[in-house]
Amino acid sequence: MSGPMKIRATAKDGVADIRVLMSHPMETGQRKDADGKVIPPHFIQNVTVKLNGRTVAEGQISQAVSRNPVFSFRAKGGKPGDKVEISWLDTKGETNKAETVIA
Amino acid sequence: MNALRRTTLKAAGAAFLLASGLLHPLRALAATWNKAAFASKTPADALKSIGASSPLESKDILIEAPQIAENGLVVPIEITSNVPNTKSLAVIVEKNPFPLVAQFEFMEGALPFLKINVKMGESSWVRVVAEAGGKHYTAAEEIKVTIGGCGG
Repeated sequence: MSGPMKIRATAKDGVADIRVLMSHPMETGQRKDADGKVIPPHFIQNVTVKLNGRTVAEGQISQAVSRNPVFSFRAKGGKPGDKVEISWLDTKGETNKAETVIA
Repeated sequence: MNALRRTTLKAAGAAFLLASGLLHPLRALAATWNKAAFASKTPADALKSIGASSPLESKDILIEAPQIAENGLVVPIEITSNVPNTKSLAVIVEKNPFPLVAQFEFMEGALPFLKINVKMGESSWVRVVAEAGGKHYTAAEEIKVTIGGCGG
């Protein structure tokens, strides 16, 4: 279910700007398919952002986050070459992880 | 208590911790999700369940969002808290069936800033709650939605 995940990170004036795009259906459990059957909920619940191996942001999210979630974070001290790692965990126990270095 | 007995007790204690999984390395990775908070059906319940029953109104929480969102499926919201020592931000879409959308904690130099896309079933106030120094602060913005983004 989980497609690619993209992170873009830049640094300006000692602050890292981290953007992430996750591929995920974020099914609410309220939608119905063509036959009128309820599509079961399936959504990301946990998001973790790490900078150089240390967790800088940790989020719990609901089914009301849009499909293919996009988030932005900012972290002081981030500089070019630093490693950014973002991971998620969904209601089915599926996970995905991506990493990049700050440009 | 003699030295031998003390050592034995220590070892037994460690064995107990290991056996009970308290020191299991994977356990530390197990994520938590505040089920009760996310199951809240009213903004008041959502606030209560995140421990913020009566947050203080604050002008130091900035919410940037469209006044009118044509598509309720994707409503971009940008949040900045200028409340000193903000360590978490929660987003509540008051009219959604389950109002609490997200709660993020920030640490190790992360700024209390968050950009997030949310679904909105109908026009609603979007409330942000910031936690700082054990207190809760809040600000809200009204967003009008042309086409709702929930059922369908």
